[in-house]
Amino acid sequence: MTRVGVVTFPGSLDDRDAQRAIRLAGGTPVPLWHGDHDLQGVDAVVLPGGFSYGDYLRCGAIAAQSPIMQEVVSAANAGMPVLGICNGFQILVEAHLLPGGLIRNEAGAFVCRDQRLRVENATTAWTHGFSAGDEITVPLKNGEGGFIADAPTLERLEGEGLVAFRYLDVNPNGSLNDIAGLTNPAGNVVGLMPHPEHATEPGFGPDTSAAMRSGTDGLTFFRSVIERTLAAA
Amino acid sequence: MPVIVVEVMPKPELLDPAGKAVAGTLAKRGDGEFTAVRIGKRFELHVDQVTDAVLAKAQELADELLSNAVIEDVVRVYVADAAVADSAVASA
Repeated sequence: MTRVGVVTFPGSLDDRDAQRAIRLAGGTPVPLWHGDHDLQGVDAVVLPGGFSYGDYLRCGAIAAQSPIMQEVVSAANAGMPVLGICNGFQILVEAHLLPGGLIRNEAGAFVCRDQRLRVENATTAWTHGFSAGDEITVPLKNGEGGFIADAPTLERLEGEGLVAFRYLDVNPNGSLNDIAGLTNPAGNVVGLMPHPEHATEPGFGPDTSAAMRSGTDGLTFFRSVIERTLAAA
Repeated sequence: MPVIVVEVMPKPELLDPAGKAVAGTLAKRGDGEFTAVRIGKRFELHVDQVTDAVLAKAQELADELLSNAVIEDVVRVYVADAAVADSAVASA
């Protein structure tokens, strides 16, 4: 059974939701603690959403310095799948596992909506269950989700196919090139602002044309990584 | 007790929505002569003694932890004058 760690930082919000999503996808969630150095032999790690350390200094900056992140960074560099959701994406950027930065939403307001996305890269550990060009809907909720990077970085991200997800319909936060999520070149580290873990169970997901709250597009993230780690075992 | 001050600003080319909101409020108050506002950060690092090594370390921290070079610039790292340092300690 694939064991997927979920790190809880002080101020994490969606760690339990991420654990639940992993369970619904057929994996075993393993709670990990920010102050530990022990990854408990997990096959993959999720950095969940929330407001770690109250977003003090910069979103994700203090969490990126935590003991567990030293282990996550070395494991990620050795190929372990790591998914950063929302605040987890901010932590990945602050830990330099993904490039660029995330700043306050262009409109200055917190945005909460069911967000349509296009899957741009369906070769990563967390997205290979999709096909490139798939359009999915998962909830988005953030105040500081505006993705920015300098022009050469942006060109490299686009040129090397490292944009994993792009916003459709509306760009909710002013992200450059409508970027909603990124992957590293190896495809094991993925970060995105929207929340796939909130679209994993019928009755609790986004609305679809079929029925209210029936959207489960987020399940594919977790199923992808479980299949990948099982195939590698 | 000496204080080393680190000043960090969002990069000039980036939108600063918080600063923009303040500028909007100033305009509504009739204080339109202030045409733009940008909001940055000031860190006060307390040390027992200012040495070249401590200053170099403060500069390193300013670049690597206190700011994020993708979105911010370190404007200045300097030793606060005694009055600032005293009031900083008093309010600490």
